[in-house]
Amino acid sequence: MMILLQFDSKTVREPVISQTTLEKKTLINIIRASVGAREGELIIEVDDSRADEIIEFIESKGVKVTKIYEKIIKDDEKCVHCGACISICPVEVFRLEYDYRVAADSERCVRCGVCVTVCPLKALELSKI
Amino acid sequence: MTGKSIEEINRRISEGSAVVVTAEEMKEIVEELGEEKAAKEVDVVTTGTFGAMCSSGVFLNFGHSDPPIKMKRIWLNDVEAYTGIAAVDAYLGVTQISDKLGMEYGGAHVIEDLVRGKEVELKAESYGTDCYPRKEIVTEIALEDLNQAEMVNPRNAYQRYKAATNSSNRILRTYMGTLLPNYGNVTFAGTGEISPLNNDPEYRTIGLGTRIFLCGAEGYVIGEGTQHSPPFGTLMVKGNLKEMDKKYMRAAVFPGYGVTMYIGIGIPIPVLDEEMARFTAVRDRDIETEIIDYAIPRRNRPVVRKVNYEELKSGKVEINGEEVRVSPLSSYSIAREIMIELKKRIEKGEFYLTSPVKRIPTKATFKPMRQKEIVVVRNLMSKAISIPENTTIVEASKIIIDKGVNHLPVVDESNTLKGIVTSWDIAKAVAKGKVERVSEVMTRKVITVYPDDPIELAADKLRKHNISALPVIDAKKKVLGLLSSEDLSRLIVKR
Ligand code: SF4
Ligand code: SF4
Repeated sequence: MMILLQFDSKTVREPVISQTTLEKKTLINIIRASVGAREGELIIEVDDSRADEIIEFIESKGVKVTKIYEKIIKDDEKCVHCGACISICPVEVFRLEYDYRVAADSERCVRCGVCVTVCPLKALELSKI
Repeated sequence: MTGKSIEEINRRISEGSAVVVTAEEMKEIVEELGEEKAAKEVDVVTTGTFGAMCSSGVFLNFGHSDPPIKMKRIWLNDVEAYTGIAAVDAYLGVTQISDKLGMEYGGAHVIEDLVRGKEVELKAESYGTDCYPRKEIVTEIALEDLNQAEMVNPRNAYQRYKAATNSSNRILRTYMGTLLPNYGNVTFAGTGEISPLNNDPEYRTIGLGTRIFLCGAEGYVIGEGTQHSPPFGTLMVKGNLKEMDKKYMRAAVFPGYGVTMYIGIGIPIPVLDEEMARFTAVRDRDIETEIIDYAIPRRNRPVVRKVNYEELKSGKVEINGEEVRVSPLSSYSIAREIMIELKKRIEKGEFYLTSPVKRIPTKATFKPMRQKEIVVVRNLMSKAISIPENTTIVEASKIIIDKGVNHLPVVDESNTLKGIVTSWDIAKAVAKGKVERVSEVMTRKVITVYPDDPIELAADKLRKHNISALPVIDAKKKVLGLLSSEDLSRLIVKR
């Protein structure tokens, strides 16, 4: 499961991720990070079955946690099913259906954002959290 | 071989008895019945394509203002159109980009906005004449305000196209979409076996005057397209923008490349005889093209491999023993909708077939541009003085002084490039002492050029990497020569 962590000026200086890894003996995959001097945002991926206890632990450190459900969104009004996105996505979110329409299995999306800049019809958008 | 005429087929259409099938259905029918029976059974095959067609645009006539103006330059929503044709006529090309928004918005977007019924700002300026005194005008126009809005596309409906990949280590943004580094993906255009020209490869029925489906309107082929070179045939087409449907046309932006327009074209093919039945039974596996490497920014991009449309459409092709994912760029799904829509219109008696007034050439070549002599690296490079890796610093400094050079490529026994040392590297090594062999101080990641690279590319590399010489190598990394900035400056003297 993918989780958004928002750090404020205080928590941004704490080694929260390392603490979580050590304390909870779990692997954490950092998907995206933007960390500044006064605040930061991280998107991490954790094991689904342990998500709740990990979230609880991170929250106890004062970090704001949001579960990410929605990922890439394809606007079917705009999409012309050209398929330019298919070979670009690192985790094969897009595929041609039996009727040659392009379908998105957004559950797999790791929010890398590559496809958003590739679609010639601007039909792809990362959902707001 | 018994045949039927287009008049006969049209009579059946008017009687409602014509048998019309899509190109997709035709393949199955011929497989099942054979060519002879299929030719008797089927009257018309509908084909379709929906892809980015840069070579498109519209002629617009705005009518006269009061007092009148002879438009010298005009802009529609800040996108410039060409007006070197009479006072209030203009041609707006789809790839023209906005003066204000750049690549975000272009001619294609203006055309789509017009078709969607939106108002567009028209701005024009002029020098003023006795008959056209007005010097500028700014107004709003909609599609219905125009006298004519005629789409005229110099090159559409490519029969087939070369597929693209990228051998370099950086992302390329091209008109073939985004190409990932190190053969990360392949992209291709065209709809293969359902595409119009592939179903009439001898251009027996598609020619000047053929009535077609163009973005939902009734359009016409007005000749072969520019760059027509069979089997990479193309068509020039026209149709009334006012009758077009937004469903079958779409403005698009290829990131880093620019604006283009997805255009929908459907062409009905009369099954006049067995030969036409055979043509319309063509399969993707019979339609061959090449995958070419867009990393080489030259006119003749290297061919990576041959490929057919069946392999491309499977979503994966093999390059150098590895599986590479493929993206189509044309929409098979909308091309199919077009085939089906055209089939319906013919069945309902709303669309009749025409015989071409004149056929388009089955042989033509696409010539390159005539340019002033192209100077390539080979023309300017000088002899390289290469040294083996175990050369000592003392020996190297002697060579540099004796030969009066600044760069020594370092090679192994088979003359394969391993590194490069400059006089500066040697001087530093001498000053420091302790260093013995050139292999300890040489630069191992060497920036190189090929003998057939244009010198502009070499100059660009020198500037980008802030260096003063480039070893010239062949595909096996063998050193053929050296190109230094002094060699390049000789060119300026020569010219
Ligand atoms: S690149 Fe855009 S328009 Fe093309 S199939 Fe993907 S989402 Fe649809
Ligand atoms: S954001 Fe990245 S992972 Fe998600 S669909 Fe787009 S390319 Fe795939």
